[in-house]
Amino acid sequence: MERLRKYGFVIGFLIVPVTLYVVFVISPYIQAFQLSLTSWNGYQAVPNFVGLENFTRLFKDEVFWNALRTHGIVLLVMPLVVLALALVFSFLLNLGGGSRGAGMRGVTGSTFYKVVFFAPQVLAVAIVGVLWKAIYRPDEAGVINGVVMKLGGEPIGWMSDPDLALWSLIAVMCWQAVGFYVVLFSAGMSAIPKDYFEAAALDGAGRFTLFFRITLPLLRDTLQVGWVYLGIAAFDCFALVNVLTLDAGGPDGVTTVLPVEIFKTAFTYSKVGYASAMGVALFFLTITFAVLTLRVTRREKIEL
Amino acid sequence: MSHPGEITRRDLLRRIGLTAVVVGPGAGLLSACATGGGTAASPSASAPAPATSAAFDPKNPFAVDAKKGLEVVIFTGGFKDDYATGLHQPMYTKAHAGATIKHTGTQNVGTMLRPRFLSGEVPDVVNNSGPEAMDVAALAAEGHVAELTALWDAPSFDDPSKKVRDTVTPAALEEGKLNGKDMTLNYVVSQRALWYNAKLFQEKGWTLPTTMEEFKALGDKAKAEGIHLFAYPGQKGPYYMLWNMLYTAAKIGGNKAIIDIDNLVDNAWKSDAMKASVTAWHEIFTKYSDKSYLGLDHTQTQVKHLQNKFLFYPTGSWLEGEMAKDKPETFEYAIAPFPSVTTADAMPYGAIQVGSGEVFFATAKGQNPQGALEYLRIMLSKEGAKGFVEKTGSLTIVNGSADGVELPPGLASAAKATDAAGPNVITSARFEGWYKELFDYAWAQQNILMGGRMTVEEYLDKVQKKADDVKADSSIAKQTRDA
Repeated sequence: MERLRKYGFVIGFLIVPVTLYVVFVISPYIQAFQLSLTSWNGYQAVPNFVGLENFTRLFKDEVFWNALRTHGIVLLVMPLVVLALALVFSFLLNLGGGSRGAGMRGVTGSTFYKVVFFAPQVLAVAIVGVLWKAIYRPDEAGVINGVVMKLGGEPIGWMSDPDLALWSLIAVMCWQAVGFYVVLFSAGMSAIPKDYFEAAALDGAGRFTLFFRITLPLLRDTLQVGWVYLGIAAFDCFALVNVLTLDAGGPDGVTTVLPVEIFKTAFTYSKVGYASAMGVALFFLTITFAVLTLRVTRREKIEL
Repeated sequence: MSHPGEITRRDLLRRIGLTAVVVGPGAGLLSACATGGGTAASPSASAPAPATSAAFDPKNPFAVDAKKGLEVVIFTGGFKDDYATGLHQPMYTKAHAGATIKHTGTQNVGTMLRPRFLSGEVPDVVNNSGPEAMDVAALAAEGHVAELTALWDAPSFDDPSKKVRDTVTPAALEEGKLNGKDMTLNYVVSQRALWYNAKLFQEKGWTLPTTMEEFKALGDKAKAEGIHLFAYPGQKGPYYMLWNMLYTAAKIGGNKAIIDIDNLVDNAWKSDAMKASVTAWHEIFTKYSDKSYLGLDHTQTQVKHLQNKFLFYPTGSWLEGEMAKDKPETFEYAIAPFPSVTTADAMPYGAIQVGSGEVFFATAKGQNPQGALEYLRIMLSKEGAKGFVEKTGSLTIVNGSADGVELPPGLASAAKATDAAGPNVITSARFEGWYKELFDYAWAQQNILMGGRMTVEEYLDKVQKKADDVKADSSIAKQTRDA
C-alpha cells in the first residue's frame, strides 16, 4: 500500500511527459534507424531495404566530411570563447567591483550591461540571422562594409569568402550565446557564500586570485553543464546556418552542418533513407560527445 | 540523506530504463507510421479514360460528375492564387453546375502534401511549385500522377473541333513529359536571356552589343561612368548565372550542348561550347563586375539593377512582374539576346531561351480524377489563359493567350524577341529537375569559380566528376531526352 502510494505519485507525474516523449522523440528516432537502412525517397509506400549501403556511401561523401569539419571547428572554438567571455563578464558584473561595505558587488552600471548581454538571447534565431545578414552585407549598404568602404577599403566578403565565412558564423553564434551563460554563471556566483570572498579578501587576495581560486572551482558544475549545452548546440546550428550563410551552408560547403544537409538530402533531393543515415550518424556523435564530456569532467562534488 | 524505501534518482532512472525495454516492442506500432503502412501501391496509373463513344459529349469529354467535389492546391508564390479562385474555379463551377471546389493556397506544397500522398487522401489538382515542390518523377513512380495524354487529345474548351494539343506551344508538351509520358502541365511560358534598362540605353545613346567584343567595349564605357557591365546574385538565385552559361553554350554549340548534359553523356560538361561559354562569362564577371554580388541575394541584386548600378542581368521574363512594385519611372525592362561568343556560333545573334514552367499535375488516385483533367482543360481555355495573363503579367503556353492584353514593355520586348529568334530557340536544361543535386553542385562551384578561387578547367572537371557520380548512383532514377 505504502509502495503503491509512492509509485502512484511518481507515475502520475511521469505518465504524460513520458508518453509525449516516446511518441514525439523516441519513436521518430526508431523510425530514423529503420529508414537509414532503406533507399526511401519519401513517396514510396514500401521502402526498399538496402542494408548498410547508405552508411558506406556516407563515409565516402565529401559533403558529410565537410559538415563534420564544421562541427569540429565550432565544437572546439565556440564553447571555449563563449564560456571564457561569459565567465569574465559575469565575474565583472557580480564580483568585479570588489567588496564595498557588506558583500561583493559588480562594476558600475552592471545592471545595464546585464540587459545588453542578454538582449540577443531574447531574439529568435531567424531574426538574429536576418540582422547579421544586414551587418555582413558585402556591398556599401552593409553595416561593416559600409564603414570599410567609406574608409577606402575593399569590400570584405564576410559570408562569401570561403576563408572567412565560418569565422563570421562562429562570431554570431558566440554573440548570441554569451548572454545566456552570463546569466547562468551570475546565478552560480550568487550561490557562492559571500563569506568565502570576504575571508579571502581579508587575507589579501586580489580580484585575480578571487576569480581563479574561489569563483572558478566553485562554478565547476555550472561550467560543465554549460559545456555540454554548447557542445550540443554546436551539433545543431540548423536555423542560423540556414538563414545567415550563403545558400544554406555555402560557399563551397565550408559552413554546412549535418542538420542542414539532412534537410536538403531528405526534402530537396528526396533521399530520405540516406538523410536518415546522416541523422543516425549525428545521433551517435552527439551522444558520444555528451558522455565523453560528462566522464572527463566528473569529479567529487564540493559541498558548499 | 535518503530514507529507506525512498526512490532515489538513480533508482528511478534505472526503472525507467527497464520500462523502456518493456515498452520496446510496442514502439514498433508507432514506428510504422512515417511510411504510411505496408500496403503496396500498384504502380498502374492509368489515366481516367474519356467516356465511351456512345455517351461522348465534346463539351464534357471526361464525363465529369458535378456532384463530386474537386480539391485544388495552388502555390501562392509570385502569381498569388486569385487567378485560381477568381477565374479558373468559377469557370469550372459554371461549366458543371452544382460542383463544389475545395481550394487551398499554400507556400509549403511539400510539407502539406507529402504526408497526404502517403496516406492516400490526395487532392485532385496540384500546382507543384515553389521551394517545396515535390519530386513528380517519384510520385509518378508510385502511380500518383495521372497521364495527361487524354487531356491533350480531348477537344478544346473553346472549339470542340480542335484538340487541346493543338492550342498550346509544342515545346510545352515536350517539357511536360517524364520518361516519355505526358505527366505535367507546364502552364507558363518564359523567355530567358539578359535584361537591361531600355531607357538608360536610350539616354546614353548605347546600342545592344551583339558580340562579346562589343559587350566588353560597352563594359569599358560603363565602367567610366561607375556602372558595372553585368551582375548575378550569389545567393538565392545563383543558378541564373548557370542558366546563362548553359544557354550561351547552346548558342555556341547548338542545343546538343545542353541535351548531352541532360543525358549525362560522358564529358558533356567539357565540350568546346561549354568551355568557351564558361571562359567568356568568367572573364566578364571577374573583369566587369564586382565580387560583392556573390554575397547578395536576387532581390538585393535586382534592386541594384533598378538603381542602374549595373547594365545586364541574366534571368527570365518574370523579372518585370517581380520588381513592378520597386521599379522607378526611369527604368524600363527590355530583353537582350546573348552576345555571340565566336564568329562560328551555331545559333545567330538573337537566339534566346524559351521554356515552360509552373508545373500543374492531376492526381490519379484522388476522389475526382475526371474533374482534375477538366480543371486543367479549363485552364487551357482562351478565357482561362487570358485571365491568367491579365492577373499575373506572365504569358501562358496557350497560343494567343496574350491577344488583346496590353503587355508591359518588358514582356512585349520578350514577345518580340521570340518572334525575331524564330527557330533559334535555346532549350531548357532539364537536369535542373531531374538531377537537382548536380544542378545545385554546378552553381555552388560556379560561385567559387567566379570568386577567383578556381580555373575554368578545374570547374568543368569538378562538375563533370559530379555528373559521373550521379550517373553511377543507382538510387537516382535516370531520365533521357531526344530533343
